Amino acid sequence: MSELKLGTYAENTWCKGCGNFGILSAVNEAVKTLVDAGTPLEKIVLASGIGCHAKLVDYVDVNSFYSIHGRVPPTITGIKLANPGLTVIGHAGDGDAYGEGLSHLIMSAKRNIDVTMVIHDNRVYGLTTGQVTPTSPLGFPGKSTPRGGVEGPLNPIELMLAAGATFVARGYSVKTKELAALIVAATRHKGFAFIDVLQPCFTFFNTYQLYNSRVYELEGHDTSSLDAAHAKAREWNYGEGERIPIGIFYKVEKPTFDESMLRGKVLAAERDVPDITGMIKSLA
Amino acid sequence: MPEYSVLIGGEAGDGIRQAGSLIAHLLSSLGYRIYFWDDYPSLIRGGHNFSIIRASDRKIGAYKSTVDVLIALDQTVVRKHAGELNAGGLLIFDSDQVKADGLGLPLTAIVKQAGGKPIMRNVAALGGVAKALGLDWETVRALIQAEVRKQTELNLRIAQAAYDQAGTPRLQVKPLSLPPLSLIGGNEAIALGAVRAGLKLFIAYPMTPSSNLLHFLAQNDQELGVVAYHPENEIAAVITAIGGAYAGVRTMVGTAGGGFALMVEGLSLAAGSESPVVFVVGQRPGPSTGLPTYTCQSDLFFVLNAGHGEFVRFVVAPGDPDEAFLLTGLAMNTAWKYQIPAFVISDKNLSEGTFSFEARGDEVTRQEPALWDGKGSYRRYERTADGVSPLAFPGRKGAVVKGNSYEHDEYGITTEEAEKTVQMQDKRLGKGRYLAEEVEKMASVKTYGDKGAATALITWGSTKGACVEVAEDLGLRVVQPLVLEPLPLLQLKAALAGVERLISVENNATGGLARLLGCHGIKVDDRILKYDGRPFAVDGLKRRVEEALR
Repeated sequence: MSELKLGTYAENTWCKGCGNFGILSAVNEAVKTLVDAGTPLEKIVLASGIGCHAKLVDYVDVNSFYSIHGRVPPTITGIKLANPGLTVIGHAGDGDAYGEGLSHLIMSAKRNIDVTMVIHDNRVYGLTTGQVTPTSPLGFPGKSTPRGGVEGPLNPIELMLAAGATFVARGYSVKTKELAALIVAATRHKGFAFIDVLQPCFTFFNTYQLYNSRVYELEGHDTSSLDAAHAKAREWNYGEGERIPIGIFYKVEKPTFDESMLRGKVLAAERDVPDITGMIKSLA
Repeated sequence: MPEYSVLIGGEAGDGIRQAGSLIAHLLSSLGYRIYFWDDYPSLIRGGHNFSIIRASDRKIGAYKSTVDVLIALDQTVVRKHAGELNAGGLLIFDSDQVKADGLGLPLTAIVKQAGGKPIMRNVAALGGVAKALGLDWETVRALIQAEVRKQTELNLRIAQAAYDQAGTPRLQVKPLSLPPLSLIGGNEAIALGAVRAGLKLFIAYPMTPSSNLLHFLAQNDQELGVVAYHPENEIAAVITAIGGAYAGVRTMVGTAGGGFALMVEGLSLAAGSESPVVFVVGQRPGPSTGLPTYTCQSDLFFVLNAGHGEFVRFVVAPGDPDEAFLLTGLAMNTAWKYQIPAFVISDKNLSEGTFSFEARGDEVTRQEPALWDGKGSYRRYERTADGVSPLAFPGRKGAVVKGNSYEHDEYGITTEEAEKTVQMQDKRLGKGRYLAEEVEKMASVKTYGDKGAATALITWGSTKGACVEVAEDLGLRVVQPLVLEPLPLLQLKAALAGVERLISVENNATGGLARLLGCHGIKVDDRILKYDGRPFAVDGLKRRVEEALR
């Protein structure tokens, strides 16, 4: 592993025991692996939304765009359309990706833009101090639902499979090595790569015990089968289910949005502007 | 002055706009200067559509409320518009479907006999009107050959049959000795101005009156070297534009008021992260859905004030396609020079209207912004004398480029410290001072008419077309600010020197420009407002001005 120093001078303000620490080490490890394998560091770009997850970009000394709540998918779509040679990793929380910005996430999966989305899914709003999110279990007693939430959870794995994501995975923040490997695989995947990362929130929704006792690694699973992926996704619906599979659920190759839209162009490298004299004449 | 107005009407699906456009091209080819208004309701079939083509020997930007030729493809046109025909004017109608007095031509039968589709009555009408206006067949033939790409021969046969049956000419339209000009739509001019200033990625969700900005760029993407992208909504559009700008590409979004409402959080992000993005806001009547396919100038304060937080923006308001071309180029270059959001505020009248165009393509050039020199460690938000931090983009070796929506330090790392907060806000707002100075140095206010007159009309955007004609007629002065933020106050005051009576003319109900001027200590004496969704007609405005002056 390279000696790359990826830390910044930013003070880390996550709570003690926060699942984000595991995700941060996995991201650092993944970046180092990519650089060791030949990706120039300057070609890696991180992006984040708003929430506890988003502080990650302040802690990694790599190109980044600290965007706004829910809007990471279009942020990284713009970056990728501008320069398809960049390796772009977007981070978002569950409120961010599955609440505020759900349409962007679905549409990015549908169009298969060649980026990676890592969802820090702690199933609670952390930075706004503990409200229900789209993946909170039914009955979750958040601050906005003091008598317990009346909505059941969304299953993001199933949702992304239905939306057409070409790489769908689940990670667990405690299993950082496995998560780093997932992130590397996701960035190497040509197309929209989605990782839902189970991330305990030590302060507002401590799920360490639950996950430690139920999480298992997918093995012998056929990642090319959409049916098999759906079956595995239904094994745990973010509420009920005894065992929680992690790993790659689905992976197929399809034409990417950036390839189809750009047809080999690198817009960020273009400085020339066309002569439009002929076109103005033709409008006569 | 020689001038002709033609109104052609029918149902949606009758090809009214195409026929109107062909008539406009016909008159343009004879050297006439054109203004073209396309009036259509928000539906796809049925209803009542009409186009007004006004041709003059002078550049014009408005219609009159009466016409010389009325072409009726259905009875509704006669019912609604027969009273708008000038004395000595000519009513041409499809005698197979319409009862009226005038020149009836069996357009339906002509199309049927030639084996054409019902929509081709529009080309038959063109043939008929061309003959009635005394134009030779060769002019019509050349136009159809050039402009009607599908089933050209069939269309030619239909037009010629109508031409031959139209009898003797009723009016003699004389070719002018002026060189013909190009005809261009406002949105096309906006697109070309942006492209010349380096636009590479245009992102928009369809919304009248800006949809055909998207269509034009999508259809001509290869020739213009751009990518046009239609995402899931306006929020995605503006955020994608910001992502693209961060990665070094000139981007633009186009929408109307309702779509811009969705873009507002993105606007604030562009400002906070210092991402240059150009917003084209085509106005139409609101509130809410309002009159989707009609015109208005009611979003000035919305554009000036949109976005949470305090930040610098640049707003231009072109009044015709020449200005749209030049000012959109200016908006793009200015956005990048200062790393700020810039706006082109238009309206349906300009965006979807067609006008004669004089600007040269090379009058807009792409200006390089301040770029990082590669020395030392890169700081995306480096504090400099003018507040502009040199740009580097991801992929640049030796630079870590950190854009941030949070308040941040020079490197781009989030901060909540009091001192740094003030420093960064001062840096961003400081750019506004330089921008305001630059705006005063450029030609950002135009005057027309009698420049020494003590009575002046002050207006903005496409309403200037009607104002200029009325002022020339009545011996008044017209003042038109092209830049509305930062407002070129020194130039405005110079343009208004000697004015004793100031009348604002706006296509809205509450007088946004008058209010803006009031904020800057310029008092408007009378306000002439029109908010029925239609632009001012020259004669209608003249009456209103005369009433105000009485």
